[in-house]
Amino acid sequence: MTQNLNAVMLDPTAETQPEQRPLCDRPSTLQGLTVGLLDISKPRGNVFLDHLETLLSDQGAEVRRYVKPTFAKPAPVDLRHEIATSCHAVIEALAD
Amino acid sequence: MQARRIDVAALEDPVEALFDRGWTDGLPVVPPTEARVLRMLEGTTRSPQDVVAVVPPDLVECTVEKAAINAVMAGCLPEYFPVVLTALEAICTDQFNMHGVLATTMSVGPIFVINGPITERIGMNSGVNVLGHGNRANSTIGRAVQLIVRNLGGGAPGGIDRATLGHMGKQGFCFAEAPSAWTSLAQEEGFTAQQNTVTAFAGEGPRLLFDQQSRSPESLVRMLADGLRSTVSSRMVMGIDAMLVLSPEHLSRFIDAGWDRSRFLTELSELLIIDADDIIVGAHGIDEGIPTGFAGLQLPKFRPGGLLIVHAGGSAGLFSAIIGGWVNGNTGSDPVTKEIQL
Repeated sequence: MTQNLNAVMLDPTAETQPEQRPLCDRPSTLQGLTVGLLDISKPRGNVFLDHLETLLSDQGAEVRRYVKPTFAKPAPVDLRHEIATSCHAVIEALAD
Repeated sequence: MQARRIDVAALEDPVEALFDRGWTDGLPVVPPTEARVLRMLEGTTRSPQDVVAVVPPDLVECTVEKAAINAVMAGCLPEYFPVVLTALEAICTDQFNMHGVLATTMSVGPIFVINGPITERIGMNSGVNVLGHGNRANSTIGRAVQLIVRNLGGGAPGGIDRATLGHMGKQGFCFAEAPSAWTSLAQEEGFTAQQNTVTAFAGEGPRLLFDQQSRSPESLVRMLADGLRSTVSSRMVMGIDAMLVLSPEHLSRFIDAGWDRSRFLTELSELLIIDADDIIVGAHGIDEGIPTGFAGLQLPKFRPGGLLIVHAGGSAGLFSAIIGGWVNGNTGSDPVTKEIQL
């Protein structure tokens, strides 16, 4: 057996470990909860979210609507912070 | 060098070990040994711990050393490394929006056009099969950048990369522009012919534009316009850019008749005015289209500056190619040209 010339390699990754976050407990009721609906600014996403708003309101949730400036980029930090601090749950809508 | 060392057992195949860890793009990679990475670092004057860019989607700082490791894996030679570093810088900008280019379901990836004397010095191909395979520099520079996005940035297909179809150019799509009597893509961006540059463009795979019979520029420009109208979608105007790769024989039709780049673009743009009534929602029985509020208007297919012209390809063959782009402007991705720091 010849010596393995590739025996030691260098790590090509960021060498980071993602932080493990457990999922939140599923709410047993929507009564009195604030639910954010995030429109990603794609055509007809509002059609889906309008319908969800009706369904959620009927179940006693307070609905807040949010809009991303563009579907092509991550939501701005300020918007994410506002949703995280104002809502108990959030639904992000795709479209098309 | 500060990267973690990975010991491979004597009976383990290093190439397979790299596959097992998920660090390849589906093709074998060159094992990044210390000796190979040190040789790669000889290709730049930058310090190994310099931060080149913050790489999406995980927004990780990429050092010269980490870039070198991935460049080794891609199969680059050290003399390609400055091009890799600049290409990485170009896509890791707000202007290019690599996160969006990855996350979109559209079939786009970063495409790099290289201009300047470095193309000849490192043996890049701007001729026969220019948009294809077979040249080491063309094949590995774009691949190195894509491996960095995957391995360091965390942007792997099926993860943040959500392309419905994708295209094989996402393995690494890089080519050199051939010199011509017209100004180059980089010169149009304000650089000189002696400056070495990378232009990054978010694009789909190339599509052939066939015209073997036009002998006059007036005929050929009409045929090219005819093909360009359906770029990405015949129902889409102004919202996407495109790169037109003119082959030498097609370009000569214009140069021989005394047309410069500016005249060509003017004539082409006039032929690319679209009657909105033909592309609004519901027109000709098709539900896809622009809003009906545009009815009655005449609209340009491409926004001003939205059609990038590049000269490349083999000396024989009456074909050009169109590479469609992605959403442009502040809401999407704009092309980025940067000078290569040697």
